[in-house]
Amino acid sequence: MTSAVRVPRLIEQFERGLAAPICLTWELTYACNLACVHCLSSSGKRDPRELTTRQCKDIIDELQRMQVFYVNIGGGEPTVRPDFWELVDYATAHHVGVKFSTNGVRITPEAAQRLAAGDYVDVQISLDGATAEVNDAVRGAGSFAMAIAALENLAAAGFSDAKISVVVTRHNVDQLDEFAALAERYGATLRITRLRPSGRGADVWDELHPTAAQQVQLYDWLVERGEKVLTGDSFFHLSALGQPGALAGLNLCGAGRVVCLIDPVGDVYACPFAIHDRFLAGNVLSGGGFDNVWKNAPLFRELREPQAVGGCAGCGHYDSCRGGCMAAKFFTGLPIDGPDPECVRGHAAPALGRQRDVPRPGRDHSRGGPVPLTLTKRPCNESPV
Amino acid sequence: MAVDTARQAFDPARSWRLHPRVALRPEPFGALLYHFGTRKLSFLKNQAMVTVVQALAEYSDARAACRAAGIEDGDQAPYLHALGLLAASKMLVAGDRA
Repeated sequence: MTSAVRVPRLIEQFERGLAAPICLTWELTYACNLACVHCLSSSGKRDPRELTTRQCKDIIDELQRMQVFYVNIGGGEPTVRPDFWELVDYATAHHVGVKFSTNGVRITPEAAQRLAAGDYVDVQISLDGATAEVNDAVRGAGSFAMAIAALENLAAAGFSDAKISVVVTRHNVDQLDEFAALAERYGATLRITRLRPSGRGADVWDELHPTAAQQVQLYDWLVERGEKVLTGDSFFHLSALGQPGALAGLNLCGAGRVVCLIDPVGDVYACPFAIHDRFLAGNVLSGGGFDNVWKNAPLFRELREPQAVGGCAGCGHYDSCRGGCMAAKFFTGLPIDGPDPECVRGHAAPALGRQRDVPRPGRDHSRGGPVPLTLTKRPCNESPV
Repeated sequence: MAVDTARQAFDPARSWRLHPRVALRPEPFGALLYHFGTRKLSFLKNQAMVTVVQALAEYSDARAACRAAGIEDGDQAPYLHALGLLAASKMLVAGDRA
């Protein structure tokens, strides 16, 4: 706002951390009716230690005191918690706005009407293909139809501006215009985010992450047509492809500084893509509450210190991408203080080509064994809890 | 273009206040504003700006609020510009003080 007054750049202020997160993701359950191949949280089965309704409300009270203006609720599939709507109502009544991500399973006509009647809740429907063929290969049979039914119910109820949330992959990057058209059809906004090698995503990242040529294609699309497209600032690793500032948003890793994750059992991680002991800051039940974890956890304090530039030291583009995504580096076995695995200058290629020690995800709530990439008849179990 | 229109619409000789659905959260660098209606965030990048915005409703015009925060008339331009941007994004609304 006051650019004429000499103060450190906002990005530098953010890197030192804030009094409370701006973007807090709260995963309410590990239970999910789907078994997406790239699930960040390896969800499937409910964890028996998941927070009770009372414990969730205590967290909301604390978020209100900290003035966390909104939470991004996810999972698992958050709407399968029996107290989901009760918690949404409790949060909005306590001035904590809610944005929730869903695969659409419980967005019935009645739920859509309920959402349309309110004003504090944003809804994000996940879709990873603009066609059933592309989507269902990743999210499971029937999941495209389920998401479209949810969008239709929302539109019919008069709910305006739903979000269609897309993880960009090698197979859907050519469909960006089709996604935009789909959003237009339902009066929705398109949101696209980066595929992370986190959770089950680690198992499919090699096959699904966009190729170098597709990264350029994605960047060009964002610059040319992305004005109304939300990205959660997740493509800052592409910044070095063009002029600084060409991509909207804060180009920095906000982990533990402006962003964090509360998982279904109350564990606090540095970001939603980092469910692993290495990035575990504490627990809201045992760590003196969320406020104390956020302010005092040694991990978060460390992340708010100036970070080593390491292998990126010699690169003239460091100011653009700032080394990229910490979680993407960690889960591909690359050094944290070096280039992102999808470094657009190609600086990660030598390290990716060498023998790497790839860490396993910290928690796995998958139902059964690994989830194969193309299962055409994967069952769509609607009763996971 | 939107900004030009907004600049015309922002009159520093009038009284202003935060939109009733905007919350202000103090931060080490200044403060964060969040509008529960538009879902937009804004940043107040220093303490003087925070003081101005918090006191705005108590004064009959924006210049007086700046003066009260210790910003003399000759130094007010960047602050009035910033207030104009906040008004353009509906973070501020016209106040009722004469």
